[in-house]
Amino acid sequence: MASSSTSPCAACKFLRRKCQPECVFAPYFPPDQPQKFANVHKVFGASNVTKLLNELHPHQREDAVNSLAYEADMRLRDPVYGCVGVISLLQHQLRQLQMDLTCAKSELSKYQSLGLAAGHGLIAAAAAATHNHPQNLGINLLGSAATRDHHHYHHQFFPRDHQHQMIRGFDAGANYDAGLLAMNVSASIGQLGQFHQPRAATGDDRRNIDPS
Amino acid sequence: MASSSYSNPPCAACKFLRRKCLPDCVFAPYFPPEEPQKFANVHKIFGASNVSKLLNEVLPHQREDAVNSLAYEAEARMKDPVYGCVGAISVLQRQVIRLQKELDATNADLMRHACNEMASNTALPGTNPGQNYSGSPRGSSRYSENNPGYYYPSNYNPWSGGPSGDHDQGGGSSV
Repeated sequence: MASSSTSPCAACKFLRRKCQPECVFAPYFPPDQPQKFANVHKVFGASNVTKLLNELHPHQREDAVNSLAYEADMRLRDPVYGCVGVISLLQHQLRQLQMDLTCAKSELSKYQSLGLAAGHGLIAAAAAATHNHPQNLGINLLGSAATRDHHHYHHQFFPRDHQHQMIRGFDAGANYDAGLLAMNVSASIGQLGQFHQPRAATGDDRRNIDPS
Repeated sequence: MASSSYSNPPCAACKFLRRKCLPDCVFAPYFPPEEPQKFANVHKIFGASNVSKLLNEVLPHQREDAVNSLAYEAEARMKDPVYGCVGAISVLQRQVIRLQKELDATNADLMRHACNEMASNTALPGTNPGQNYSGSPRGSSRYSENNPGYYYPSNYNPWSGGPSGDHDQGGGSSV
């Protein structure tokens, strides 16, 4: 009885070699995903990937291959910045969100303190009014504050649209600030949530990677 | 005394590769001799020939940025051989989602206050409710879990017919 031969993995198919039973690539590069290995090979090279995988425990290899595949894909889509462009974009998003959150909380605290003051004002106005319109006094107290703060509130309250455009710009691979920001990234890998703030993107202002 | 032509010290790449650093060396502008580790990392992860091909595929004014991003990724991979810089992306993504949720919650509180104002203003004559409230927040959930705006590694699977998850603005289309 002839032994059944399984289909070669995507790596061996790409490399045009016999796919051995102990092939290190076979578990992670199935034949139905040829592009995955093609990308990884183009960016990292098969021998580098082999060395990398051999340095890891078997249970870590799938994650390693998938992260390599992701990096390779990003690098092919954006040959200049690769994954670093994504990191830069995320850092920018975080800074924007942090600013928006700070402003929103500040507005909220104004409302909360205004509510207390207005409550007192209404009560005082209602108690003091005899011939005038006590309710209008109360309204003016609230309305004037809200009107004064309206534009500020609106500006601070909603996320900016340019951020949306930047995300589109990243995907289109067009010129975008995130690309320049990426070169100012000095994130320390491993320090969760402590990524440095890139300076304003000038194209000439770059930091060296901090090998901490 | 025979004059010897002044020769620049070999770049870090040629020093590493133990070869003569020619004037037109593609690596020399980006791998100065005083940063040997930079090339060592890049060589280990990507390989010199891959880096050379990559540099030749980008415009000259983009090469410095390309090298620096490769060096960054290589260093990240050395520090974290399993996830490399994708680990950082994952962490940042979680932070973005967390902050977005917090912002949404704060916006919701603000809206409640604004609605209360509207209600108290409309209950009384002589007011213009529209003066105090500008409408519902737009894009307040821009960076949600289902819409990160770019490729999110844990949801990203282009090998099976396209990215999984919702990637509309910045995630799924090709460059």
